Amino acid sequence: MTDQVAPVEKKSFFTPFNIFATIVILIGIPLTILRFTKGLGGVTNLDDTNPWGIWIGFDLLTGVALAAGGYVTAAAVEVFGMKKYHAAVRPAILTGFLGYSMVVFALLYDVGRPWRLPYPFFVSQGVTSIMFEVGACVALYLTVLFLEFSPAALEWLGLKKLRSWIVKLTITLTILGVMLSTLHQSSLGAMFLIAPSKLHPLWYSPYLPVFFFVSSIAAGLSMVLFEATVTHKPFHNKMDEDHLAIYDNLAFGFGKAASLVLGGYFAIKVFGIALGNNWHYLGTGYGLWFMVEMFGFVLLPSLLFAIGTRERNAGLIRKAAFITVFGIFLNRINITLICFNWHLPWSERYFPNWMEIGISVFVVTVGLVAYKFIVTRMPIFYEHPDYKEEH
Amino acid sequence: MTISRRRFLEWVTAAGVGSAAASTAKAAHGDFGGYPDSYGVLYDATLCVGCRSCEAACNEVNELPSPDKPFADLSVFDKKRRTDYRSYTVVNRYDPPESKKPVYRKTQCNHCLEPACASACFVGAFKKTPEGAVEYDASVCVGCRYCIIACPFNIPTYEYDEALTPRVMKCTMCLPRVKEGKLPGCVEACPVEALTFGRRKDLIAVAHERIRKYPGRYIDHVYGQHEMGGTSWMYISGVPFTKIDLRTDLGSTPAPEMTSGALALVPMVIGLWPVLLGGIYKITERKEKIALAEKNESVAGAVAAANEAADNKAKAATERFKKDKEKAVEAAVKKTLAEAEKEKEKGKEGE
Repeated sequence: MTDQVAPVEKKSFFTPFNIFATIVILIGIPLTILRFTKGLGGVTNLDDTNPWGIWIGFDLLTGVALAAGGYVTAAAVEVFGMKKYHAAVRPAILTGFLGYSMVVFALLYDVGRPWRLPYPFFVSQGVTSIMFEVGACVALYLTVLFLEFSPAALEWLGLKKLRSWIVKLTITLTILGVMLSTLHQSSLGAMFLIAPSKLHPLWYSPYLPVFFFVSSIAAGLSMVLFEATVTHKPFHNKMDEDHLAIYDNLAFGFGKAASLVLGGYFAIKVFGIALGNNWHYLGTGYGLWFMVEMFGFVLLPSLLFAIGTRERNAGLIRKAAFITVFGIFLNRINITLICFNWHLPWSERYFPNWMEIGISVFVVTVGLVAYKFIVTRMPIFYEHPDYKEEH
Repeated sequence: MTISRRRFLEWVTAAGVGSAAASTAKAAHGDFGGYPDSYGVLYDATLCVGCRSCEAACNEVNELPSPDKPFADLSVFDKKRRTDYRSYTVVNRYDPPESKKPVYRKTQCNHCLEPACASACFVGAFKKTPEGAVEYDASVCVGCRYCIIACPFNIPTYEYDEALTPRVMKCTMCLPRVKEGKLPGCVEACPVEALTFGRRKDLIAVAHERIRKYPGRYIDHVYGQHEMGGTSWMYISGVPFTKIDLRTDLGSTPAPEMTSGALALVPMVIGLWPVLLGGIYKITERKEKIALAEKNESVAGAVAAANEAADNKAKAATERFKKDKEKAVEAAVKKTLAEAEKEKEKGKEGE
């Protein structure tokens, strides 16, 4: 849908994207009213045995993983000195910032009393909880992402002095971002450590935090490529030479990295099975499903990334990035929903209500509208002419 | 400052004792046997007749909404039920082949010694009280429902239809009544004494005594003595516990220990990541600096070489020019002299 977004010159409002977004928002508003008048029971299929649904599995867990492009790209360019990918930093930071904003937005629907979200920090600290750590890191990282993104907004607004102060913090913010991301990306996996009796042994492992962190790197790399692919055409007129020039090179560089990370991820997942001596589960239905995830969405994209890099085939790398993004979604959904409560009969399991899906689509659409608003106004795909000489 | 050998040895010993104490504390943490003299309840599945008096009493003392079907209606046993926001406790009927008559099992919060819900709650809304009950405080609850995810016994429930003030609902072991010296509602109501209230350590003794006295009647296991690190509500049964929906694969590790390792790594990341990443940044920065310096140097060298070559060329050209000039002058002089000679000769001839 996004590749049909009209360039700004066309003044007509009725582009396919705008029509789609309007419909989704028109459905989302009454669903929101329903959620806050009838409670979670009014719009979701959640119950006492299945307290978490797609708002946690998709909006929170998948959302955070796919928003990892911000810290991965910033670390590659600012810390590891891969300056040639500089033009990729701003789009990645923007996606990260909007991604995390959407996560928090979705959480406002999911938790029972959203106005109490600051409670864990200011009223009653439950420091033994992994979720306390997740909450603290996400709140801090959202602030870091806001600051990392702000130079683009300040350039747009013409606030030069404030911008130059924040730009001086770049390396500090980048390192802080990587630290906070390491912590909460892994902690989202660690949240499930407390429920070994509910999560299927092929997915449960003491290594869960490491699995989540490592897969978030692959998710971040792939999401940057995925985003570059879908924005390439619709926002072509917004992109400067630097940005257009690295389009293929970014695929080769990030593709190579993603291939290695996914390879390592595959290996540690195998070690996880070995550690728990869970080989015998591979012969079951869940085992088959596990192998679909591992071979189809980890090993296959890893190989495609490698082949694409060697044969200089950027198209193949972009396909691999798409497969990885879907694979991350599959993994997070497996852990929260499909393989959680696996020992219960199907009649006691969860399947999302259409209204839950509606709110999820609504949240993502609001994010896309914000994305479009920002990239058509602020220097994201190009450098502001006033600051060109800075690096 | 001087340190005497004796003082130094004292420090070393103190450090040793300190670390030894720390490891003892950890071992003790794993073996936490609950608050001393805390209360519990023992449920005897061989005595329960499935009359649902406990459910009715629970509903009444906790002032819960009335159920769809009256408590006298035993048709509810046809379907397996679980606790929900209207019922802190439910009794289910099972027909295992090991038993000639139906077996009943009461479900409610087991009041773990080290509760998963309390460990999971990010506002600390759950508290294990010295009386033995796991208490929930709705005034801080955010409603994230992580407690429900964490509970290995599927006990906490949630007010899904409450729009603005949903609470987690679960058995309180009738803590207010216990504090007043009364029995929990269900225990008081049980007509066949399938429920025994007392100090947890006494209940364990009672349970084992019953098993010892009537070995044919019971499975030799007190469920809850060790499960998930021990619970305050315990069970004895004549049929295997799995047949009455009590999982025997939970192990004896208390829930908080499952996440303590991951939490312990947090300070390490906070401490070391800036060092590692800052170090990498500094190395990269230095490499870039060196590369820039080398580049500048080689550029300067190339420029110097080019200048020298140009100088030489210019010098050679000047030299050549000079020579050419000299030659030209010479030739011109010669020519002039020759012409003058000729003129002379011509003049002579003309005379």
